[in-house]
Amino acid sequence: MKNTSKKGAWIGLLCIAALLAAVVVLENVLDPNKNIMVFTALKKGAVYALVAVSMNLLNGFTGLFSLGQAGFMLLGAYTYAILTIPTSQRDAVYYIYNGSAINFSLPELFGGGAVGLVLGVLLALILGGCVAAVVAWLIGLPVLRLKSDYLAIATLGFGEIIRAVFQWDKLGPVTNGANALKNFPTFTSFNIQNANGETVLRLSTFVAFLLAGVCIAVIVLLINSTYGRAFKAIRDDEVAAEAMGINLSRHKRLAFVISSFFAGFGGGMFAMFANQAQAKTFTTAMTYEILLIVVIGGIGSVSGSCIAAFLYVAASEWWLRFLDAETFIGGVKVPLLRNGFRMVVFSVVIMIVVLFFRRGIMGDKELPDLLKKRRKEGAVK
Amino acid sequence: MSENVLKVENVTMQFGGVVAVDNLNLEVNQGEIVALIGPNGAGKTTAFNVITGVYQPTNGAVWFQGEKIVENHPQGKMKQQYKGEHAGDYTQVLAPTPDKVTRLGMARTFQNIRLWKSQTVFDNVLIAKHCRTTSNVFSAAFRLNRKEEAQQRENVLELLETVGLADVKDELATSLPYGKQRRLEIARALAAEPKLLLLDEPAAGMNPQETEELTAFIGEIRDRFHMTVFLIEHHMNLVMNISERIYVLDFGKLIAQGDPAAIQNDKRVIEAYLGVSEDA
Amino acid sequence: MQYAISILLSGVSLGGQYALIAIGYTMVYGILRLINFAHGDVFMVAGLMMVYLTASLPLAVSIPLVLILTVLLGFVIERAAYKPLREAPRMSVMISAIGVSYLLQNLATYITGGLPQMYPEIPGISATVSIAGVSTKWVTIVTPVLVLVLVAALTQLINHTKVGMAMRAVAKDFETAQLMGIKINAVISVTFIIGSFLAAVGSVLYFTNYQSIVPLSGSLPGLRAFVAAVFGGIGSIPGAVVGAFIIGLSESIIKGSNWSIFSDAFTFALLIIILVVKPTGLFGEKVTDKV
Repeated sequence: MKNTSKKGAWIGLLCIAALLAAVVVLENVLDPNKNIMVFTALKKGAVYALVAVSMNLLNGFTGLFSLGQAGFMLLGAYTYAILTIPTSQRDAVYYIYNGSAINFSLPELFGGGAVGLVLGVLLALILGGCVAAVVAWLIGLPVLRLKSDYLAIATLGFGEIIRAVFQWDKLGPVTNGANALKNFPTFTSFNIQNANGETVLRLSTFVAFLLAGVCIAVIVLLINSTYGRAFKAIRDDEVAAEAMGINLSRHKRLAFVISSFFAGFGGGMFAMFANQAQAKTFTTAMTYEILLIVVIGGIGSVSGSCIAAFLYVAASEWWLRFLDAETFIGGVKVPLLRNGFRMVVFSVVIMIVVLFFRRGIMGDKELPDLLKKRRKEGAVK
Repeated sequence: MSENVLKVENVTMQFGGVVAVDNLNLEVNQGEIVALIGPNGAGKTTAFNVITGVYQPTNGAVWFQGEKIVENHPQGKMKQQYKGEHAGDYTQVLAPTPDKVTRLGMARTFQNIRLWKSQTVFDNVLIAKHCRTTSNVFSAAFRLNRKEEAQQRENVLELLETVGLADVKDELATSLPYGKQRRLEIARALAAEPKLLLLDEPAAGMNPQETEELTAFIGEIRDRFHMTVFLIEHHMNLVMNISERIYVLDFGKLIAQGDPAAIQNDKRVIEAYLGVSEDA
Repeated sequence: MQYAISILLSGVSLGGQYALIAIGYTMVYGILRLINFAHGDVFMVAGLMMVYLTASLPLAVSIPLVLILTVLLGFVIERAAYKPLREAPRMSVMISAIGVSYLLQNLATYITGGLPQMYPEIPGISATVSIAGVSTKWVTIVTPVLVLVLVAALTQLINHTKVGMAMRAVAKDFETAQLMGIKINAVISVTFIIGSFLAAVGSVLYFTNYQSIVPLSGSLPGLRAFVAAVFGGIGSIPGAVVGAFIIGLSESIIKGSNWSIFSDAFTFALLIIILVVKPTGLFGEKVTDKV
């Protein structure tokens, strides 16, 4: 039993390594400028996969229905941006407020160059997660006592409050008010260039996958640990969990803080993906998007959330794009196709999933479980 | 010092104007099997909930292994409403949450089975070990607690073998037949490493044969784990067969206590169960 | 002084409009224990229907038509998106509600092309009037009066008709009501019909005041109305009305100060404080959980 699980872990690691290698190859073989959609979908998919898994940790594994994800992403995105904008760019970014109140940049503190970039970005992302986690810790105590839908609406409101605070004029020198923060290192900054400024090795998508992959792996490890089991016990039956010695408030808060940490980390990555951080992006609609990914993937399935994140992003950013374009076939205009139709089709699909495939793609199973089952069935035949 | 594991002292539980438990006093000694019986609505489960920290009593105290763990006195509006005795005897407020009580060394089962539905038999028992984990969330997530985890898994396996559930350990808890679910709930409680096992109507909904098996099972557990058992039960067969002492509650009040033989012949107990006849 | 009066007036009228939406939230929550996230969007769709209908029909026809169509929309949403999930966990129904809200918003974006639509002028209530030197629209004065009339009628309906009695029974205990032979689905439909009707009336009043409609116009008023319902004690109709007036007034006051960016944040802060301090709101009944 022990051996099989160890073997499984090795196979899993190998698969992930193979996936990462494939991403590197793909990005360097396909021309990103001609296949913008593919790489946009891959990068955004990776970011959303992480955020969806972090939400699943709370909604699917601990049974706490929280809708504050966008708020925590905002905290991470701003922390990341504020800490990494190069000092030389600060005046240009904060021109409305006559410069920034914070005048250092982590990549530069680490000596700049490739090492500075890697360490600075990593530290800024982690700090982004920490800020989100600290805020979650603070609001967790009062809010987590609330029952299911009240918790949802309170966390939703909390996200709105954060958004308003970050757009506040008085904080302008730090947050740049309602304006976007930009010019910080993004995924593309990780592409390796030669002396002539030509890109020799593209690593932008790889970096997105690596960061998201490591975070998701940590979440999976947590879910399969004794604490993860306690979370599931709380989800299944709170009263029984408490009677079996599980401190409810402590464990709920723990799940909330950890989930928020990764949402914050993912928020920083979202800023890297979008090349900017602006409060108005992190709306309730974004939380809903992530929630729908979790639902489509299956509440309580990590691999489901990952698959759904890529499907969702690819469908909305890439495959269904044609629905938004007016198309003529043989001189006849195809009816209905025009701007906005894609989202209509998309929301209909989501309603169908919600109503008729309530368990989502994976239910509460994981990919390895399904493969194992398949193999067993094959053996019987 | 004191031999008793559990001591309930002048506990009164009043909901608004209704006194559910009225000045209850009882003791459970090391290694005993003690039953609390009484007609429906007598306040047995309420008493259980007070002992395990689910409810805070209106007045009184609970001692566990010579240490006072629960204490309360009427406060606020209750000061005027309070109908019980010993109102001035208690001044402290001690209100541990149920999980704290469990970690102190009491574990319970539920009247209507409350297993974790999506978990296997093995995991149900393993999760109960969580409260004995010493590793923090980081060492657990990064597998720095391998030794402890392996130890716990081994213990759980042993426990499942002892209670005869080892063969179904990978099945979903809810797929088990009723009698085995009851057994699993008891195994789960044992996994929390209690000194005192509290069973809330363990034979509820069981047929005579299952009840008989359960009776034997509870006895075995006591002997094997040197456990002290305090149980609530309706099945008189079970109670009379295994209990060393019995407390009888009626309308929240203790009306009798003693060994099974004495209880069976106690006039007030018979009246409480059968009702007072017209001409008595 | 004039400034104070104008803030008071706009606060009261805003409160009235929120009250009409809040009743829909509170009634649905009372019966289904569901936060109907799509309710704000039904309100927005009612506004858009008015825009498109008045383009080709006279007002006397389009206003009743809008009311009927909105009621129909509410009814259809309940039957299509909530009824199939009656036995499902509460989270599923809530997600379905979020899905409906998403669908309505995207449909609205598609139809309007994302451009703000101008709400038609409605003679009588769009005209300006001057009170104590403050000029305002008639709708400001009509709103609170209309709200009181509608709430009085609704209270009569709930307290003195058979349907009302059934609604109270279902709100009190869903399962028992079902066992007693109450047609649950009919009662729920009636609840959605009343809620949507009031939201449609609210949209006429609200958009006469604010005039431009975008697909997201429903979500914030919807959330504010929901906060009002929680504030008053969810499940209680008078509570929702009182809560709505308080929310409307405070929003109007904050928008008039230089803290206007925090008007929504304030609403939500208020919500969180109420939920934490007194989750049953001002008039809500205490619910006890059985262990």
